[in-house]
Amino acid sequence: MTVERALEGVGGALDDRFRGAKGFRTLFRKIFPDHWTFLLGEIALYSFIILLLTGTFLTFFFQPSMTEVIYHGSYTHLDGARMSEAYASTLNISFDVRGGLLMRQIHHWAADLFVAAILAHMLRIFFSGAYRKPREVNWLIGLAMLTLAMLEGLFGYSLPDDLLSGAGLRITEGVMQSVPLVGTYLAFFLFGGAYPGNVIIPRMYIIHVLLIPGILLALITAHLFIMFHQKHTQMPGKGRTEKNVVGAPLYPYFMAKTGAFFFFTFAACALASTFAQINPIWLYGPYNPVSISAGSQPDFYMGFLEGSLRMMPAWEWNVAGHTFSFNVFIPALLPLGLIFTAAALWPFLEQWITGDRREHHINDRPRNAPTRTALGMGAVAFYGVLWAEGANDVLADHLDVPLYTITRIAQVAIFVLPVVAYILTKRICLGLQRKDLHLLEHGVETGIIRQLPSGEFIEETRPVDEEARAVLESRPVPLSLPPAEQDVPAPGMRGGVGQLRERLNEVVNESVPLTESDGYGGHGNGHGNGHAIGSGQPDHEPAAIPAGGSGEHSGAGATAQDDGDADQRPDS
Amino acid sequence: MSDTDARGGLPEDRDYQAGRGSAADADQPAGEVPAGRHRVIGTPPPATSRTMLGTDQGDGDGARQKPRELPAGPADPRSARKAERVVAACFIFSMVASIGFIAAYIGLEVHSVDAVLRSNLALGTSMALAFLALGVGATIWVRHLMPAVELTEARKPMASSPGDRAAFGETFEEGADASGFKRPLVRRTLIAATVPLAVAPLVLLRDMGPLPGTSLRYTVWRKGIRLLVYGSNRPLRPADFGTPGGMITVVPEGYEDDFDALAKAATIIIKFRPGELQPPTVMNWTVDGIVAYSKICTHVGCPVALYEQTTEHILCPCHQSTFDAPRGAQVIFGPAARPLPQLPITTNAEGFLVAQSDYTVPVGPSFWERG
Repeated sequence: MTVERALEGVGGALDDRFRGAKGFRTLFRKIFPDHWTFLLGEIALYSFIILLLTGTFLTFFFQPSMTEVIYHGSYTHLDGARMSEAYASTLNISFDVRGGLLMRQIHHWAADLFVAAILAHMLRIFFSGAYRKPREVNWLIGLAMLTLAMLEGLFGYSLPDDLLSGAGLRITEGVMQSVPLVGTYLAFFLFGGAYPGNVIIPRMYIIHVLLIPGILLALITAHLFIMFHQKHTQMPGKGRTEKNVVGAPLYPYFMAKTGAFFFFTFAACALASTFAQINPIWLYGPYNPVSISAGSQPDFYMGFLEGSLRMMPAWEWNVAGHTFSFNVFIPALLPLGLIFTAAALWPFLEQWITGDRREHHINDRPRNAPTRTALGMGAVAFYGVLWAEGANDVLADHLDVPLYTITRIAQVAIFVLPVVAYILTKRICLGLQRKDLHLLEHGVETGIIRQLPSGEFIEETRPVDEEARAVLESRPVPLSLPPAEQDVPAPGMRGGVGQLRERLNEVVNESVPLTESDGYGGHGNGHGNGHAIGSGQPDHEPAAIPAGGSGEHSGAGATAQDDGDADQRPDS
Repeated sequence: MSDTDARGGLPEDRDYQAGRGSAADADQPAGEVPAGRHRVIGTPPPATSRTMLGTDQGDGDGARQKPRELPAGPADPRSARKAERVVAACFIFSMVASIGFIAAYIGLEVHSVDAVLRSNLALGTSMALAFLALGVGATIWVRHLMPAVELTEARKPMASSPGDRAAFGETFEEGADASGFKRPLVRRTLIAATVPLAVAPLVLLRDMGPLPGTSLRYTVWRKGIRLLVYGSNRPLRPADFGTPGGMITVVPEGYEDDFDALAKAATIIIKFRPGELQPPTVMNWTVDGIVAYSKICTHVGCPVALYEQTTEHILCPCHQSTFDAPRGAQVIFGPAARPLPQLPITTNAEGFLVAQSDYTVPVGPSFWERG
């Protein structure tokens, strides 16, 4: 057979030199669990590859120069106009290079898709608890990549030096200037002097095509390697435990699927670029600092910063000859800082609050971690208000609501909506938990009504099937914090911090109680036929915590916890 | 950090099991693998010779045949044949689309808006279809031609065994001892040496730009510089304003195309009816109801390009700071903290509008040294 001959020939020759047979065999049989949300990260990865490919093409033609030229190209509407070489070469790519417009538009769509996929992927990781130990570092790398992706996008769409992106640059400069103490210097160093100067485009260009993509590539490599080494998480289901990975092997299944997915991602970008025009810079015109177009909107991922700037009240202090522009640097730094700091700290905060320092490889269903899910939805609401306010002029126009009213609503909503989202989400999660318990206890309603000999009508139910049962039973039992011994609180539970931890623990662990003895739910409604639930999976056994235990793997019997690296109790 | 002893025994953790859909273990030859154990994925087959082909199929020996973990073919050969034809059709379609892409590249010219749109449509459609057909084909291939499998791989705790940790600790300690890094003089001087070295790259960035100095305080407006209409570069006489109303963008004569100058000096003028202008507008700086304000928003520097005649509001399109035009361009809504600075204007001997001086306060966004 030809396959065998190729293996003997090429494979043999390679193996003679690299001894790869064993390693590649293991690699080929690496198991990849399946769930549609696992594709979100892949979309991000593939849009990054598309960005590298199309971006390389664009660099062959783009001139990152602010030298002024008089345009005499194919786009006759701008014939004779003064513009920078950057803008002229972008027109050239669009109108005189075959496929140039397509590549430009694919590059832009892929950039939007890149950030959107990162955001969606991040939400998936958060809501399913996949950031938990041992994956905290990958979560932090992901946050770093999101920050870089937004910066990369901002610099990228500013490169053509058109009127729209120029407004964005001007805002960037104004925001930099607002930074206390060093702001003016930051702006002068980045722009090489007074705005706009003549170096910002070449500087952004090299940052955009070399510096940030290089860092991103390194971080992506680390991200994937860590994921590969730690093995993928999996969704709860039959036969899935904390000690296994269930799915299809890399070769040939995952290879073929992920290859197909790359093609789909590329096809989606190509389709969008064919039928949905994006960033038609020839309509915006070349940049000049005197003009601007109404309804200027940044790319979507910058919208929340824009909204933040728009809703901030006009607070400015002058103290001892210095200006604090709270109206600019607070909205520019606070929301971003708040969201990213909270996201970066949360995995560690959660470990401290719950005392759960075990490894987790089975994802939580969002309903089974009501407080985490509610906090996440609160953050989504916070971001959503900022984002909507970033398009307040568009909203005012479309909804026929006065512009200022929208801003005033946003100023209230930014505080109220996250709280509402938190409370609602938590209620919904607890409700869904009750529904799960009901299903486990009473089975699925069949819609068949039967009359008993006594004349009573009952609806027949059938027990949920094994697959569904495994999912419904996947709720982990939270650990309890170390108890006080003879009125002496355990280490880590002392003082005000200890009380805070205890209270936070109650909030974070709030769930509909599971009672083992009498079926689930334990609302004692006298149905009497409570199906005894055999807790078959070791990782769902009630977690009794031997004080001072430090087993960190959540396997059977190893459900111990510790209070942090610093205070291992002496009796352990 | 301590560890449980239960984790010490590594080999026991490594039983990988073939799960649903995989071939039964029945065809596993006796004696090949310890009884009662599933075969381990990721370990080499217990064969004695090392060849790339783990199985020696076709040598008639039979005894060395190992069990399959993946079925050789799909469960239903008939539907597989049908799927095969569909997949092939997809791939052929993709090939045709790719050829179409090349044809569109060669055949369709660009160099005009219509031609570019035609070319974009043809190139984009063929490219998208080529990728889409490949993706659809590959997906059908996986779903209908490859047998459904679900394999289970064991997962070990991430932490190393206590023994491995201890051994690493010893190795590290040994190296540290051998290196002599514990000698304080060497250690401290090495650390001291790296500090200025780390600062050096920051110092290198110093020439990225000049120091701001007081440059943000001033614009190029000077006494006697004429106000030119932006775009047409015409000087203006008060009489050129037929009726009060619109807002006109003006630039200083001599700097019409100097972006660095215009980024601060761009100015708007509006003519009001007599008596409409109110304090805090400085009346001495106006001419015949004509007032000049900086066009650079005091929030983050966008040009305040919108003027609503009915309400006499100047609006910044970026963040909607709204300025009251007849009353010294005071902020009446939005995030801007300061009014638009007013440019003192007058007329020269020929009757053209000219500046009396530069702006008396810094224009544009706030900055730390502004005060």
